[in-house]
Amino acid sequence: MLLEARELSVSFGGIKAVDSISFAVEPGEIFTIIGPNGAGKTTIFNLVSRIYNPTGGEIVFDGRPITRVPPQAIARMGIARTFQNIELFDHASVIDNLLVGCHIRSRTNLLADMLFLPVVQRQEETFRRKVEEIIEFLELEHHREATIGSLAYGIRKVVEIGRALALEPKLLLLDEPSSGLNPEETDDMVHWIRDIRDDLGVTIIMVEHDMSLVRRVSDRVLAMESGRIIALGAPDAVVSDPQVVRAYLGD
Amino acid sequence: MVQFLQQVISGVSIGCVYALIALGFVLIYKATETVNFAIGELMMIGAFLGFTFIVIWSLPLWLAAIIAISATALLAAMLERVFLRPMVGEPAFAILVVTIGLGFCLRAAALMVPEWSSETVRIFTPLSGSVVRLGPIVISADHAAVIVATALIVTGFFVFFKRTRMGLAMQAVSQSQLAATYMGVRTRSVSTLAWLLAGAITAVAGLLLAPIAFIHVNMGVLGLKAIPAAIIGGFSSLPGAIVGGILLGVCESLAGFYLPAGFSEVAAYILVLVVLTIRPEGLFGETIHKRV
Amino acid sequence: MRYVLRTSYRQDTRLFKEGLPQYGWYLVWLALALVAPLFLGVHLVSQLTFILIFAIAGIGYQILLGYTGLLSLGQAAFLAIGAYACVFLEKQGLHFALALPAAALLTGVVGAVLGLPALRLKGLYLAMATMAIGFIVEEVAARWTFVTGGNSGASVPRIEAFGYVLSRDVPFYFLCLALCIASLWFAANILRSPTGRAMAAVRDSDIAAQSIGVEVAQVKTKAFALSAFFTGIAGALMAHKLSFISPEQFTLHLSIELLLMILIGGIGSLRGVVFGAAFLVAMPELIAEIERMLPGGSQPALRPMAFGLLLVLVMLFEPRGINGLVEKITGYFRLMPLYRKGMFARQRGFAKSERW
Repeated sequence: MLLEARELSVSFGGIKAVDSISFAVEPGEIFTIIGPNGAGKTTIFNLVSRIYNPTGGEIVFDGRPITRVPPQAIARMGIARTFQNIELFDHASVIDNLLVGCHIRSRTNLLADMLFLPVVQRQEETFRRKVEEIIEFLELEHHREATIGSLAYGIRKVVEIGRALALEPKLLLLDEPSSGLNPEETDDMVHWIRDIRDDLGVTIIMVEHDMSLVRRVSDRVLAMESGRIIALGAPDAVVSDPQVVRAYLGD
Repeated sequence: MVQFLQQVISGVSIGCVYALIALGFVLIYKATETVNFAIGELMMIGAFLGFTFIVIWSLPLWLAAIIAISATALLAAMLERVFLRPMVGEPAFAILVVTIGLGFCLRAAALMVPEWSSETVRIFTPLSGSVVRLGPIVISADHAAVIVATALIVTGFFVFFKRTRMGLAMQAVSQSQLAATYMGVRTRSVSTLAWLLAGAITAVAGLLLAPIAFIHVNMGVLGLKAIPAAIIGGFSSLPGAIVGGILLGVCESLAGFYLPAGFSEVAAYILVLVVLTIRPEGLFGETIHKRV
Repeated sequence: MRYVLRTSYRQDTRLFKEGLPQYGWYLVWLALALVAPLFLGVHLVSQLTFILIFAIAGIGYQILLGYTGLLSLGQAAFLAIGAYACVFLEKQGLHFALALPAAALLTGVVGAVLGLPALRLKGLYLAMATMAIGFIVEEVAARWTFVTGGNSGASVPRIEAFGYVLSRDVPFYFLCLALCIASLWFAANILRSPTGRAMAAVRDSDIAAQSIGVEVAQVKTKAFALSAFFTGIAGALMAHKLSFISPEQFTLHLSIELLLMILIGGIGSLRGVVFGAAFLVAMPELIAEIERMLPGGSQPALRPMAFGLLLVLVMLFEPRGINGLVEKITGYFRLMPLYRKGMFARQRGFAKSERW
């Protein structure tokens, strides 16, 4: 098991956003969480990346409990994520956004940085090489030097995934990778998600609304409604499950 | 004990002035998300307009007050229209800098009026010199008037917000500008109205301050204390602004009496640092988490 | 926008990515700065010295505001701490060559400590907290007479080296020039290294910075410490240039002047800091010129008016300051035949309303 949630719960102001949820994700899996708005999908992401504190239950990653790990330490353990509404560094270039993704591997201190010692120089070159690999992998060559603010929404989404990959994570959390993309870009996204798993060996958990994308890439799907699991299993079975259909369409 | 109460009451009356300015500050913030650093200068202009009409033109007190208050309110509304409307959509930081700049301009404008810039002045009212006795405690009538006037104005404000259409619209805008627009609230006129009201209320603060303290061109710094007051109260809470202002006044007054020299000048700032360290959301505020 | 032809990754880590032409321009400026005292009178050299001192303070501010996105309205406090610490240490018998770095380090430590309550604060709250610190430091400077000399001020001892007294004119100018260039180099290095990128990450989205493993609190503390360090150096130099210091030199007004300097020069750019410093020193001179031409003589309103209007106009029309203008103009000439109207138009972020 790469990630395991055991009876995970969180409530906000008395409302249980996530109610005693348990699931386990295998290494190398593409695991998708679906459910209507407000079902608690992003909340699970925020729990795993430790932005929220669970009110009950436990999260185990790679054999270690991470329920009390501070949020900024999560990245170092090998979990990277993207955000629903894209949280990039808008005033910086694509290269810089990817470079900052290498931050956790930085071994230099403030003084060395200030003097730009040869150590820093060598480290910069290693980071730069890594960034170039990602640029090539995600076909971002044309946008290398563009400021994020000047890029189209679809490209920003890819850059954000690139930044997460720069962490060299074991687990990647993708929050609605296809939202705001046109059908063509969504097709590309399908390929990238598969490539990330197949070529880089990164396990992926994703929250997604686009059922065609879900069916095309997921190994397993977990369906949620008001903080509880209503179905878990193979994509086709879950998507056509009567309870899931009812959750989406209403009674 | 009598000494202590005496200090507390004089603190409350100064605090009322802070509270009024803080009220104007929070009003603008809630309606437009603008942090207005020019609020102290608006108060200064209000006070000097009052001084001009009362002392130089010798108008009756009530008439002078009405003209001064409306003129300041119009000035504030004009500032919003000309300088802040084009800034809609800019980062909050840029807007804050614009208000700092406007504060400087207002001060410069006051410096250009010879009768204003030459000296520190004081407005004398019919109440000046007389006192109110509450048992052993003696309060000057001017101080008492400040407290009474503030209580009246604050009550008026709460009625306005709870009962009138415009007040409700302003509340809606302060919750969510976008949602309010969709519900048919004209957010633009709401911003102007917020500035108008804030201008009026700070002018009142200036007029109330004039009989109990000297007024001078640099008194805007005093108005700046409204910002700590607002922060102590929770920043986006109108009752909080009033409590914060009064608390600040009392602390200053007590620090001036019981602590070594220098503490009363910075009491407001020490207090705000303490509040920010212990409870950054203020006394009445709530923490807002960014959704991701 | 100019594309740089790259031949190696190493090239990307260089200070001047465009190579020789860029080096060339900076060398010309350096040469001009070196020979300036030969041609200029005492007054102008002294003004140049002030530009250098303000530039060092501006570097400190730029690290905090431009790179890390933390708005401080209490920079004058750091100047004051640097100035008073240096003078006090010298009066205790420490030589200037040691007192200056000691004062700067002390200011840096104070900055880091003062930054602690600021870690949880954002936007206006931070501006307010730093402003409060500014007022408190000003009051302390006025009351702690043993160290500061109180409201009557303190005279600054002259710098001596090898039996000679260092003049406050030309030699001091070169000292400031060296320190300013060193500070610029340090700041530029920080910018192109992991520390600088972490700062930019915190500025643009602290939640994303956290998600990629940036220790947000640590980065903010570093930014405060560095900012205070550079500002402390500037404070110590300022004390020596002025030869007399008193609390009323370090008011909120000075903090706002520094803010104006950064905004006019160009936020987020080191070049902008130098432009801004030059502007800040030139403006009072210009106003004095104008006053001389006016019939009424001295006009106390002129200065705040110019100040206020500039703040408003810059934010309304050219938020990237002089540096932005320079980039536009050079960009225009580079792209001359291809230039289109609206190429440098600003983008507004209507979607993002940040509630402070």
